[in-house]
Amino acid sequence: MGDGRGVSMQTSMQTYTDAFAAASASGGSAPAWLTGLRRRAHDEFVATGFPTTRNEDWHFTSVTPIAERTFKTPKVGTGAASVTDALALAAGESGWPRAVFVNGRFDSALSALGALGKDIRVATLPDALTEGPDWVANHLGSLAAFDKQAFTAFNTAFVNDGLVVRVPKNVKAPAPLHIIHVADASAAGCVIHPRLLVVVDANAELAIVESFVSTGSAEYLTNAVAEVRIGEGARVHHYKVQRESAEAFHVGTLQAHQSRGSLFHSFSYATGAALSRTNIYTKLAGEGAEARLNGLYLVDGTQHVDHQTFVEHIAPNCSSRELYKGILDGASHGVFNGKVFVDPEAQKTDGKQTNHALLLSPQARVDTKPQLEIFADDVKCTHGATVGRLDAIALFYMKSRGIGADAARALLTYAFAAEVLETVEIDSLKDALEAIAFQRFTNQVQR
Amino acid sequence: MLSISALHANAGDKPILKGISLTVNPGEVHAIMGPNGSGKSTLAQVIAGHPGYEVTGGSITYMNQDLLELDPEERAQQGVFLAFQYPVEIPGVTNAYFLRSAYNEIRKAKGEEEVDPMEFLDLMEKKLKLVDMDPAMLHRSVNAGFSGGEKKRNEILQMAVLEPKLAILDETDSGLDIDALRIVADGVNALKRPDNATIVVTHYQRLLNYIVPDFVHVLAGGKIVKSGGKELALELEQRGYEWVMDAA
Repeated sequence: MGDGRGVSMQTSMQTYTDAFAAASASGGSAPAWLTGLRRRAHDEFVATGFPTTRNEDWHFTSVTPIAERTFKTPKVGTGAASVTDALALAAGESGWPRAVFVNGRFDSALSALGALGKDIRVATLPDALTEGPDWVANHLGSLAAFDKQAFTAFNTAFVNDGLVVRVPKNVKAPAPLHIIHVADASAAGCVIHPRLLVVVDANAELAIVESFVSTGSAEYLTNAVAEVRIGEGARVHHYKVQRESAEAFHVGTLQAHQSRGSLFHSFSYATGAALSRTNIYTKLAGEGAEARLNGLYLVDGTQHVDHQTFVEHIAPNCSSRELYKGILDGASHGVFNGKVFVDPEAQKTDGKQTNHALLLSPQARVDTKPQLEIFADDVKCTHGATVGRLDAIALFYMKSRGIGADAARALLTYAFAAEVLETVEIDSLKDALEAIAFQRFTNQVQR
Repeated sequence: MLSISALHANAGDKPILKGISLTVNPGEVHAIMGPNGSGKSTLAQVIAGHPGYEVTGGSITYMNQDLLELDPEERAQQGVFLAFQYPVEIPGVTNAYFLRSAYNEIRKAKGEEEVDPMEFLDLMEKKLKLVDMDPAMLHRSVNAGFSGGEKKRNEILQMAVLEPKLAILDETDSGLDIDALRIVADGVNALKRPDNATIVVTHYQRLLNYIVPDFVHVLAGGKIVKSGGKELALELEQRGYEWVMDAA
């Protein structure tokens, strides 16, 4: 193998296979559909292995640091996060209904789901399996395909805890659902596989804020999978706030499926982790559906942050809008890969993808790769990307008005981010993310 | 207030200013005129501290200190103001936030208390009237999408808020129609006080009908080739620049 990780990778694969066998032997109560799903996923994971940079989808992101380590399964009940720690980091309102997972395990003491109202069904995955509603069996694993997708297969093989949410038709969630994944010191050396299934029926609406936070600086792997099924005319907003520990690895995949006239609005905010990859995929399967995918990442040091989006235009008259911005300092590395596929049936598709990166240091680097595959003839699809530095003349203009060099740099950097932060529709969340961003720029320029 | 002596400055390797000397006292209005490429704008930008120019000789003394030793923000905090020929657009930063930041930085430098957003808006009300500007402009991004006239008025608004001791207007008249010109000139005149000074850099005499100078200097080839009173501007208007340059 070109990257010389063959031996350690085989060792880690064997360990995961052993762990899978042990989990299968002890977890006897799972329904047959689930054990079958896990088995297929496990086999796929072993057969595919972690991707290398020869894989087109991972060309700019080497997951060797993940592949060469062997992550353990976290022990049950070792979490010791306090609710204040978690909430303070998670950028949400304390009054929102929340589900808190500590090192991958649902923590009922820290969670409070009552404010979601009685119309909306929400349960942990183990509870849902005990009750056994058909919709969970029908939908779990139905969107997040794991064929040749090692990380999704890895998650699915070990799927255990997680959250399932169903919003019945015409119901509008009274407040955002806040899902908080906390990793504390005892997550060190472990892999956490968060799982989320969301089914929003016709003309219903739900906003989810999913925060990934850490109380310390442990090295661990978060490997999250979310499936979001959006019914006709339904609206789903998903905000992901990735603030993992500086030593952590994070891979997160969200796969949405949109019916006629639906809206999927995604915002990915990434500041944490040594190495992170966020996949936001949506399939516009019904006519007149709309996807808005936005994101902002802020990295420094030797952080590596990668976003991949995939918008599949299957039905006609759908629109997609993507705006991603990155701010990179130190020797950090950013990657944006935006794929748009337009099916021959998807006439009158209106797609626009924009990606801008701001480099604050000479060592920072960004790779952008738009990929448009268009098989319909009556479509409008554009993409644009820029990589720039702070404008010296704008800095001088601010200084000439008495604004100090540090403040001028912070203000210009903040201004760069402002456009995409404006797309956050929850005011308190926008304010919180702005504050985190602003604080970070100020620290950066003072260093 | 300002004493420039034998100033030389380069843009890259190219000498632009080749020995400029000029003294400006409180209460005075100086006009600097000259053909394109004479170094007028360079002089204005060097005084403000533009990073694109290197001073290779001579000195600038401002309020008894070596101005060239000060960073651009320190110059501004001590009362130097340049109205840009091409005001810079800053999408994402509102005019109000920008102006308040600048105002507070300058207050801090003077040892005064910062003002909060509400106090600042009260202050702005008067200043906006001075340049006949719609308050809605405060909530738009700095100069972004402004017309040429709006940008120039915005410069004068900044000047009105920051109350400089030494204001330099760099081709503030370029691209303005007669009404906008009058508004800008009225704003500048309203801000004039016995203890501050103004340098008006312009290619045309037109602006000087509204902002009447005490002294007129003709810059050509990086040097001041002629100085005189306000009548010199009129003479330049009638006869062009050729004769001064020939005489020099």
